[in-house]
Amino acid sequence: MLHVARLARLELAEDEIEPMARELSAVLEHVAKIAELDLDDVPPTSHVVASSLEGVVSGALRADEPRPCLARDLALAQAPAVRDGGFLVPSPQA
Amino acid sequence: MTPSDLHELSAAQAVAAIAAGSLSARELFESYRSRAAADRAAGEQGLNCFTWVASECPERGADAPDAHAGAPLRGVPLAVKDLFCTEGVPSQSGSRILEGYRPPYTASVVARLADAGTSLLAKTNQDEFAMGSSNENSAFGVVRNPWDRARVPGGSSGGSAAAVAAGLAPWALGTDTGGSIRQPAALCGIVGLKPTYGAVSRYGMIAFASSLDQAGPLTRDVTDAALLLAHMVGHDPCDATSLAFPGPIEPPTAERLDGVRLGVPDELTGEGIQAGVLAGFHAALARAQELGAQVREVSLPHAPHALSAYYVLAPAEASSNLARYDGVRYGLRAGDPAHPEDLLHMYTRTRHDGFGAEVKRRIMLGTYALSSGYYDAYYGRAQRARTKIAEDFAAAFEDVHFILTPTTPSVAFKLGEKTGEPLAMYLNDYCTVPMSLAGIPAISIPCGLADGLPVGLQLAGPAFSENRLLAAAYALEQSLGFQGARARV
Repeated sequence: MLHVARLARLELAEDEIEPMARELSAVLEHVAKIAELDLDDVPPTSHVVASSLEGVVSGALRADEPRPCLARDLALAQAPAVRDGGFLVPSPQA
Repeated sequence: MTPSDLHELSAAQAVAAIAAGSLSARELFESYRSRAAADRAAGEQGLNCFTWVASECPERGADAPDAHAGAPLRGVPLAVKDLFCTEGVPSQSGSRILEGYRPPYTASVVARLADAGTSLLAKTNQDEFAMGSSNENSAFGVVRNPWDRARVPGGSSGGSAAAVAAGLAPWALGTDTGGSIRQPAALCGIVGLKPTYGAVSRYGMIAFASSLDQAGPLTRDVTDAALLLAHMVGHDPCDATSLAFPGPIEPPTAERLDGVRLGVPDELTGEGIQAGVLAGFHAALARAQELGAQVREVSLPHAPHALSAYYVLAPAEASSNLARYDGVRYGLRAGDPAHPEDLLHMYTRTRHDGFGAEVKRRIMLGTYALSSGYYDAYYGRAQRARTKIAEDFAAAFEDVHFILTPTTPSVAFKLGEKTGEPLAMYLNDYCTVPMSLAGIPAISIPCGLADGLPVGLQLAGPAFSENRLLAAAYALEQSLGFQGARARV
């Protein structure tokens, strides 16, 4: 639990850990039912519709051309902390 | 027409009246605005449908009801689920971590509808990041069902569904990942359509599970659903997964279902469905037969595994999408920004304080499923199961035109009834998740009442069958004559 919480960058309070473990176990038990299926030769889905419509989706990616983007002041306008035209964050070494 | 009658008009009727000059767009907007503002002001004493309501009728610009003289939806107000980005207007996805966030741009589908002449009336309440089936997971309070205020409206587009059902908005935008349009539409007695995956741009929708999320209409009737959808679909260069829709969406006119073959999957119409819901479903099937349709059994053998696959795929994608909420670029930062702690603690504290319990649960589940050594066992297997589920539908559509199921296993349940049991809550999506995984369009229409509460009928068709689906739904709607699809407040 705590390892996964660390991976998710999520702090869990003491009283959140036990209920979370119990609820996740119940869900994992339910999802484990797909182990009953024989899926070894089945390809995984990527784009669920496009893969069934050959030829419909080609060149879905736009050309990689420079275009105007969000102005700096707009990009920074919603940030919790800003300094010298950039996002201000605590030091990773602190 | 008196101002108090204006909200009785369907959106299509309002469009026609405005175009004919017999209705003022401004008057219509103000009528809805004052109703929506009263609900907003009442907070949880009201239905709590909205997280933001326009403070006044827009005087100029794209949102002014007088703008776009020739626009096809000119002057009709639109309620939009909170998770669509709307420039300068709070877009919080029901989350404390985005409280007060005002995006610098507008979602493509909302911009498209503004170009078609709609005016932004309000943002609607929802489950946090669209994770929920009852609208009890919103940081901005629960939404109540206008049919019975002690019951849930469904979720995650609960505010949109309740607002349309209560006549607080003529129509609304929602999003559907595993049933989040269809399920609340069913529980509130209105129409909800999840389009083919890729038919509507996701650009500017605050993401939950990107391979499943799809925007769609919540409306009072099938005609309005077709009208709104007609101005939503199309390829968008900003969303590489969006697809060009083959041809326009047409207004539905069918009266009969002669020659239409309807498939009923045993897997989704038996065990676990409330008796009253099943009775409404079978009455609707009988009505379809009277209209000339043939009803036959079909098999979706992998559908019972859909929920398992979904509760791996959706949380996995969510855990990745929600990594962006880190207190750096927007939204909440925990602690005093002037006296920050170290970076890692800022991240973990921000996410602890900003996310609600259900979102944390899904982030944990998804992170676990994607973690080193577990990817193939969970995400990989679930994507393979998804292929089998989509193949089941493709095989069934060789034999039938549409698949019919109840939209939900039960009618609207009581507030608080399922909040302690995540798994019981997830089972609400049992009949809607298979279509989401297959990426196919599905519509819910009201087909009657059980214990005085609406029952939803779900029709699903192959990818891009929206026109045929809407036509069949319209024929059934006209014949069923559901009398509850009008303002409840």
